[in-house]
Formats: sequence, structure tokens, C-alpha cells
Amino acid sequence: MGYLKGFTISGKQFFQKTVTTQYPEDKRPKPERFHGRHVLNRYEDGMEKCIGCELCAGACPARCIYVRGADNPPDAPVSPGERYGFVYEINFLRCIHCDLCVEACPTEAITESKLFEFSFTNRQDAIYTKAELVVDDDGNPKHLPWEDWHEGDDENTSGWVRATAPSGVAAAEGRPLWSGELGHGVRPAQLGQSDPLAADVPADFDISIREVKDAEMRGAGVARGRSVRVDEGTDAPGDGGR
Amino acid sequence: MPGDPLFNNGLNLAVALIVIIKAIIVFVVVLVSVLFMVMFERKVIGHMQNRIGPNRAGPFGSLQSLADGTKLFFKEALLPAKADKRIYRLAPILAVVPAFLVFSIVPIGGTITIAHHVTRLQLVDPPWGILFMLMLSSIAVYGVMLAGWSSGSKYPLLGAVRASAQMISYEAAMGLSIAAVVVLSGSLHTSAIASGQHGLLHFRNHTVPLPAWNLFRTWVVPFIIFMIAVTAEMHRPPFDLVEAEEEIAGGFNAEYSSLGFALFYLAEFMNVVTMSGVTVTLFLGGPDGPRILGHSVGPFWFVLKLFAFLYTYVWLRATLPRFRYDQLMDLGWKRLIPASLGMLLFVAAVRTGSRGWVIGVMVGLVVGAIALMRALSVGARTTEVEAASIARAGRRA
Repeated sequence: MGYLKGFTISGKQFFQKTVTTQYPEDKRPKPERFHGRHVLNRYEDGMEKCIGCELCAGACPARCIYVRGADNPPDAPVSPGERYGFVYEINFLRCIHCDLCVEACPTEAITESKLFEFSFTNRQDAIYTKAELVVDDDGNPKHLPWEDWHEGDDENTSGWVRATAPSGVAAAEGRPLWSGELGHGVRPAQLGQSDPLAADVPADFDISIREVKDAEMRGAGVARGRSVRVDEGTDAPGDGGR
Repeated sequence: MPGDPLFNNGLNLAVALIVIIKAIIVFVVVLVSVLFMVMFERKVIGHMQNRIGPNRAGPFGSLQSLADGTKLFFKEALLPAKADKRIYRLAPILAVVPAFLVFSIVPIGGTITIAHHVTRLQLVDPPWGILFMLMLSSIAVYGVMLAGWSSGSKYPLLGAVRASAQMISYEAAMGLSIAAVVVLSGSLHTSAIASGQHGLLHFRNHTVPLPAWNLFRTWVVPFIIFMIAVTAEMHRPPFDLVEAEEEIAGGFNAEYSSLGFALFYLAEFMNVVTMSGVTVTLFLGGPDGPRILGHSVGPFWFVLKLFAFLYTYVWLRATLPRFRYDQLMDLGWKRLIPASLGMLLFVAAVRTGSRGWVIGVMVGLVVGAIALMRALSVGARTTEVEAASIARAGRRA
């Protein structure tokens, strides 16, 4: 009786655990490379990374970025190079958080935080300018009053940049060829697409596997001062790939 | 036996008052049960899909259906420009009133005494009891048909044609399986049908350790046919192609909003409750069940069985994929109606108690089944030939 088999399945599911999370109260940890609200990074000496090249605006499929470059004032330069981002605006009513701007940026100036819980009551407020986008003096994203920041949302803002191999060469993966950030220094690499374990990230976005790999690759203790949780899942997935 | 003992001493003020109170109680109970059913369905189906279901409005989401109703109530009642105004307003009422009225003939169990007046736990017990239910389900078709027609828009009209065709098709199978029950009980009184299923099952002078419910007395098949027909009659999944939420987003009621929509919605869920009650009465002995601590607890057993059916309907919805329109019509006309007709003849033959009749009917049924299968296969072959010729014509073109 094949007809009845379906009933046993739905009947069994009735008694199983639900997978729902009560969203506003319980928030699941976000992936390391979550695409959230943008930030404009600064070098370790406090200089802005943006050079006003407008490549991000050119790459943007939603046409939500407006950039105007200007020559650095010789006596008080804003960025280390010749020019800097004089005007930098992102319209978050248009942004689709595709991260193509991050990919296009030659200086890793624009990256994304994990913040997505923000809203506006008029269209003008949706346009973020440099005042909102540039990181503060500690190198952290600015927490604006209408944004709902939660723990971990402002960590690893440059995760995406550090996950891709420089020049797209897989062999160069894991080698830190990116610039340092204000308040954070040169951040360690995140494992990218050639890593067999990173491809099998468990559904709850467990970071322990990658932390272990981070530590392994650099031959040093625990990454980023967090405790490493080694569970039975560590050696289970993706073993065949190695 | 038949009739309500309330009217034995003629009509007076007290009797009239009792009737009115009973009517109000039935109305409130049915209305509350619908609110419950909406919440129950969403909760159960949620858990069957490993979700929680509504849990924000009130404790455990218990006020969700009330909140939905309030929301619908405050929405704007749109009237399409080309709508037939009066009929457009009448149609939802024609859908909801029969759904309410069906419950009035369902016996909930036993009698009670109010101020020296003995009365049944049943609003009315007319001599044409179960026919009343068939009549009301026919009127419900008008609600659907007129809703589609009066909307003055082509999509609701198409939806109404599909919906009413479905309802009419399955009404035949439903009526025939009810007839099998009526043949056994020998009465149209719903109270008599319910009380006739009391005790244990007798078969050829042997007592079988099963309750004497019509479910077993009619050899189970009419019950299955009745369940399928009722599910189709109510547009419940897997027969919900009328609305097909994921595909066509509403059929005959596409132009309705606010209260009109709420009434259709109400009628749909009310039908689930009332038809479950009717099924329990017809096939599962109504309030029949063992006594608990020496007390006759008919209403308890009735509600328990009712719940089993409500759960089953939700289970069906969570499990089965939707029928296609031609599959629906095939099942109704080519399978269920012949099968229920055959079962009616068989049950009637067994009821006569004469061996000649039983053998005669069984031979007749076998011959009939062979003839039917032959006819169906010829029909299927014809459509294959037609399909091939259509394909050839398509290649030429």
C-alpha cells in the first residue's frame, strides 16, 4: 500500500522536533561572510582606504553607489594615494547586497558587516554617506541609532576579502596578501572555496571547523582568541576530498 | 422513538424558550469550533512540517483565528464594477448558512432534562433528517456558483464552474453511500441512525467483538467513499484544486474581500467540523461508546470521534498532493459512483437475508464491474488514438 506510506511519514514528522527559531528573540549566528550593511575601511594609521576610483559604482548592478573622487589635500591627506573618495553614498533602498562592489574594490576599502536589521522612515535616510559608512577610530562600524546591532554583527567585516585567494589563484589561498585595518591589523585568512571542509559547513553555521583549520594553517594555537570547540563533526564531512 | 420528546406535550412558552436556547448554543458552539479548527489546522500542519505554527496571538497562538477574523472584518469590502450587486452579497450567505444548519441535525448524545422537559442533545430531529443534510449541501453549490457568476469577472466564473462541477459530481457518490446507511437503519432520523448502531456487531447469529457501527455493518467501503466524497465536497486537500492556493490563488471567491471572503472561509472550515459530525453520526455510532464510571458519556465519545476526523482531514492535507481536474472527474464518475452503487445493492441484498439475493447481486456486480472496466479501457484507448492523431496533425503543421 504505497498510498499509506506517505501518511506514516507526515504522521511521524508530527512528533519530531520543530526547527523554527523565534526570530526577534532568538537570532541564529550569521555566516562569516554574511552580506550586510557596508563599511568603508581605514588603514592601521587611520588613513581611509578609498581612493575614489568608482570601480564599485561601475560594478554595482543596482546602481546604488555614487562616488566622487578628489585630489588629496597635500597638507592633510585623507588617503595614502593621490586621490580619495570625496563623496561616497550608498542607497540602501536599491542595494541588493551582492558584494560585487567588494570584489571590484582594488584597495579593500569597501566591505560588508553582518548588519541587516535597519530601517528608515523616509527615502533620504536610506542614503548612507561617508559619515555613516566610514569605520570609527577603533576600526569598528558606526552603530547608528536606527540600526539594530547585535553581538558579532561588526566582527570580521572583511571576511569576504580574506576568503578569496589573491588574484583568484587557488594555490595562494590562505596567504594574507591584504592590507591591515585600523584597530585590527592584518587579519588572518579565511578558508576559501578549495577547502574541502569549508564547503561542508554545517547548517547551523558552526565556525569551529574553520577555526581549527585556521589554527592548523598558521601552525599556532587558537585563532582570534576564541575557544575552539572540537566536536565529532570535525572529521566527518569532506574527508574524501583530502 | 422518532422525534424529539420535547414536543410530546404540545408547544408552550417553556418549550419555545428551550428551543431558542438550544439554537443559540448550537450557533455559538459551531462558531467557536470553527475558530478552534482554523487554529488547530495551522498548528497540526505546522508540526507535520516541523514548524511551530502560529504562536504569537494569545497563549500558544490560541487567539490567532480571532485576530485573523478581526483583520478581515476591518478590511475594505470591494465591489467589482461589473458585479451583480445583490447576488454578490447573497452568495457568501448562501455558503455559510447551510454550513451552520447541517450541525442542527447532528445528535450529540442522549437526552437531558431542562425544567421537567426532556429533550435530545440535538437541535432538530426531523423525519427527513439526513435528506436535510443532502439538501443543504446542494444549496451550498448555489453559494459557490452565484459567487462566481455575480463577480462579473471571468476568472471567478471559471473557478465557480469547476467548483460546482466538483461538488455536484461527488454529491452523487456521497448520496449513494448515505443510502447504504439508510437501508441498514431503516430511518432517515439522524437520532435513529445513531442509536441503531448501539451494542456489538452481529453477523449470522454470531457476536463479533466489534461495535455495531455502520462502518462495519456496511462493509467499510461506503465509509471510505463517503470520506472521499465529503473531502471533495468541502474542497479540502487533496481535492482543493478549486482554490489551489499555490497555483491559482483562489477560484470562485477571487473577487471577494473583507466580510464576504471571511464568510466563505468560515463556511469552509465550518463544513469540516459539521461534516465530521455527520460522518461520526452515520458511520461511527455517533455518541456510542462504553460507559465511564457508570455514567453514559455520549458527548465525550462524540467529541473524541469528531477530533479524530478533524485530525484526519489535516493529515490528508499535509500528506497528499493535489488532484488534477480530469483525475478528479475520473475518480468521481468512473470509480466512486459505480462502487457506491454496487455497495448499496450489496448491502441491501445482505439486509434481505436471502441467499438468492446475495448471490444474484454479487454475480450482477461482477458482470457490471467487468462491463465497466471494458468501457473504461475502450474510452482510454480512444483518447490514446485521439492523442496520436492530434500529435500527427501537430507534426504536419
